[in-house]
Amino acid sequence: MPEMRTVDPKLCNGCGLCVAVCVCNGWLLVDNVATVVESEECRYCTDCEAVCPTGAISCPYEIVITEYYEYRETIIE
Amino acid sequence: MAVEAEHLKSIPYFSGLGSSELQAIGRLVFERSADRNELIVLEGDPADAVYFVVSGAVKAFKTSAEGKEQILCILRPGESFNDVPVFDGGPNPASAVAMSQVTLYGISKADMEALLREHPNIAINIIRVLAERVRHFVSMVEDLSFRHVTGRVAKLLLEYATNHRTMGEETGARPRLTQQDMAAMVGTAREVVGRSLKALEEEGAIRMDRHRIVIADKEILEEIGGVAA
Repeated sequence: MPEMRTVDPKLCNGCGLCVAVCVCNGWLLVDNVATVVESEECRYCTDCEAVCPTGAISCPYEIVITEYYEYRETIIE
Repeated sequence: MAVEAEHLKSIPYFSGLGSSELQAIGRLVFERSADRNELIVLEGDPADAVYFVVSGAVKAFKTSAEGKEQILCILRPGESFNDVPVFDGGPNPASAVAMSQVTLYGISKADMEALLREHPNIAINIIRVLAERVRHFVSMVEDLSFRHVTGRVAKLLLEYATNHRTMGEETGARPRLTQQDMAAMVGTAREVVGRSLKALEEEGAIRMDRHRIVIADKEILEEIGGVAA
């Protein structure tokens, strides 16, 4: 899975809550700044984003339509 | 076990208090820890103490009769929970679970009552904390005219959907949204967006696939969103 989690180091206050709540070791504090650790085990629970008190962490979603609708629209066209 | 006054200063309940008051409070505070996913208090149980998060994070939530969970708030270091039942004598209105290894400070119901009698200026801090909480929940109640928010989230997802056919053909970046973005755009709280997404998934309109929200049934999503097909 491509790594989607990001952190804004300017907003991060080094509280470490993201590290504490993550169940897949997907976060580390480096020089007191939260740093993403790429992890195949990340289930994208987004608890890290939820607990971050400063909004430094983002777990964005891509919003996609399934291939079924793409195919159907092609046929209709 | 007496807790150092220094550790209490960052807790809003005890903000602005003098060292003798903090020492008196420190003698009454007990420490408790919880492991990740450990239930700290259960909805409906009698309340024995008010708790303050020292480290880690705690999730406060209610559970419906059907087992659906509504997150009320996430409590971070310095924040309190279980205050309401301690002050009004009723049962716990919500459950609280540790999201990580958690350290808590607690003050028993009887000790809290005694503290307020001996140091009434603590009450002003408590009123401020509870007033902020009331404001948060009034806003959530408004949002939890639930269908409205789910409909707005559905409409938002339709607007932002990416057609796989055009992937690679367009040079512009595909839009990505966080739950916080969605909350801001539909005018609600992040917790309500989370529940809306679960509801849309249960209806079969979407499928949550890690970092992707897949629109599995566009027609259902259009119907929920009130969008003409």
